[in-house]
Amino acid sequence: MGLRLNVSNISKSYNGKTVLKDCSFSFDKAGVYALMGQNGAGKSTFLKICSLLENPDTGEVNYFSGSGIISNDLELRRRITLVLPKIGIFNTTVFQNAAYGLKTRGIKGKDIENRVEKVLDFAGLLNKADQNALTLSSGEAQRLGIARALVIEPEIFFLDEPTASVDEENTRIIENIILNMKKESRSTIIITTHDRLQAERLADTLLIIHNGNIKAGTASTPLSM
Amino acid sequence: MYSIIEAFKKAFVLILSLDPELLGIILLSLKVSGTALLIASAIGLPLSAMLGLRKVPAKGIFVSLMNTFMGLPPVVVGLFVYMMLSRSGPMGFLGLLYTPSAMIIAQTILALPIVVSLCHSAIIAVDRNIRLASQTLGATPFQTSITIIKEARYGIMSGIIAALGRVMAEVGAILIVGGNIAGYTRVMTTTIALETDKGNFELAVALGIILLTISLFINALLHFVQKNGTVEAALWD
Repeated sequence: MGLRLNVSNISKSYNGKTVLKDCSFSFDKAGVYALMGQNGAGKSTFLKICSLLENPDTGEVNYFSGSGIISNDLELRRRITLVLPKIGIFNTTVFQNAAYGLKTRGIKGKDIENRVEKVLDFAGLLNKADQNALTLSSGEAQRLGIARALVIEPEIFFLDEPTASVDEENTRIIENIILNMKKESRSTIIITTHDRLQAERLADTLLIIHNGNIKAGTASTPLSM
Repeated sequence: MYSIIEAFKKAFVLILSLDPELLGIILLSLKVSGTALLIASAIGLPLSAMLGLRKVPAKGIFVSLMNTFMGLPPVVVGLFVYMMLSRSGPMGFLGLLYTPSAMIIAQTILALPIVVSLCHSAIIAVDRNIRLASQTLGATPFQTSITIIKEARYGIMSGIIAALGRVMAEVGAILIVGGNIAGYTRVMTTTIALETDKGNFELAVALGIILLTISLFINALLHFVQKNGTVEAALWD
C-alpha cells in the first residue's frame, strides 16, 4: 500500500455543536472501510477533514508514504479524492467531466481519451459520453462522480453516501463498481453509509461513528450505542 | 402621419444606399462602445472574479457601491469626465476633451459597474459543489477559479451584453465630452438627438432603426449562446 492515513485526536464543532471529538483512527491497509453512523453523526465531516476540504479545530490528519509524512497539500489532493453525495456536475459533456482531473494534471490527447473511455465504460456511461452531464439522472450522476474520481487513480478514495439518493438499480450498479475497484486496484476505499447491509456487502472493515468518535464495529454493532 | 411615413421611406433609402455619412456614424458608434466595453471587461472581469472568489477586505461595501453605480446618470458621468479632461482639470494636459477617447473613457465608467456587478453575481451563484468537486479532483486554486468562472460563463456574457446595451443607447455623457462634432465625435445617439432637434427625421429614423437592429442582434446572440448547450464544449477544449 502506497499511502496511509492517520487521524489523531481530531475535533470539530459547528456553531457550538460538537460533531467530532478526539477522533482517532489509522487507515493503514488497502481494501474497503465502511464508516457507519446515524444522520448527523459526523461521517461527512470526517471525510471532508480527511480529504483536506476542511480543517479540524484540533488534532491532526497525516498522510504517510513509505516512512515519511507528506505535507504538500496539492500533492496530497492529487493522490486522494472524495466523491460527495452532490457531485458538483460541470456544465459540459460527460466526457469532459470525466477528463477534468486529468486535465488539471496536464495530461493531454490520446492518453486522456483512453483513460476516460475506460472509466466511463467501467461506470456504464460510455454511451452517454457526448451528452451534457447536467441531463443525467441522479444515479447516473453519482456514477459519473465515481468515474471522474476513478480516472485519476487515487490511492485513497473517499465516497460519501454514494447511494443515498439513487434508485435500487443504480445502487446495485454502484456497489458493483466499488466491488470491482476493490478487486482491481490496491487503493484504500473509505465509504460512509447508514445502510448496514450495504456496509457488510462492500467492506473489509466496519467502523461506527458515534458521539463524535470512531470505533471498530461488527455486523451486529448498533449504530446508536 | 404623412411625415412619419416619409421619414421611414427616406430612412430606408439612406440605409440601402449605404450613405457614407450614416456608415461613418455607425462605425464610430461601434468603435467607441466596443472599445469601452473591451476596457470595462478587461478591468471588470478580473475584479469581479477577485470579489467572487477571494477574501477581500471591505468586499461588501465595494459590491454595494458597484450596484449603486449601475444606475449612474450618464450626464453626471459626462460632467465628471468633462471636469477631469477640461483644460483646467487635472487631466487637461492630455488634450482628450472632444475626442473619441474622451467618449470611450465616459462609456467605460458607465459600463464598468454593470460588468463588475453582474459578473460578480454570476460567479457567486455558481453551485458550491463545483468548487468542492474541483478541489477533490486535484485542481490548483487557480484552476478551481477558472472552473468557477467557466461555470458562470452565461451570466458573465449576460453582464457584458447588458453593459453593451447600456453604452450603445447612452447619449448624455458622450454628448458632453465628445461635443457631437460632425465626422469626428458624432455617433448614432447624439446624431438622433441633434437631427430630431433640427427636424431632419430621416437620418434620425435611419439611425434609430439601426440601433434597434443592433440591439435585436445582440439579444438574439445572447439567447442563442444561452440556449445552445454545445458552445461550452468549445470553451472547455
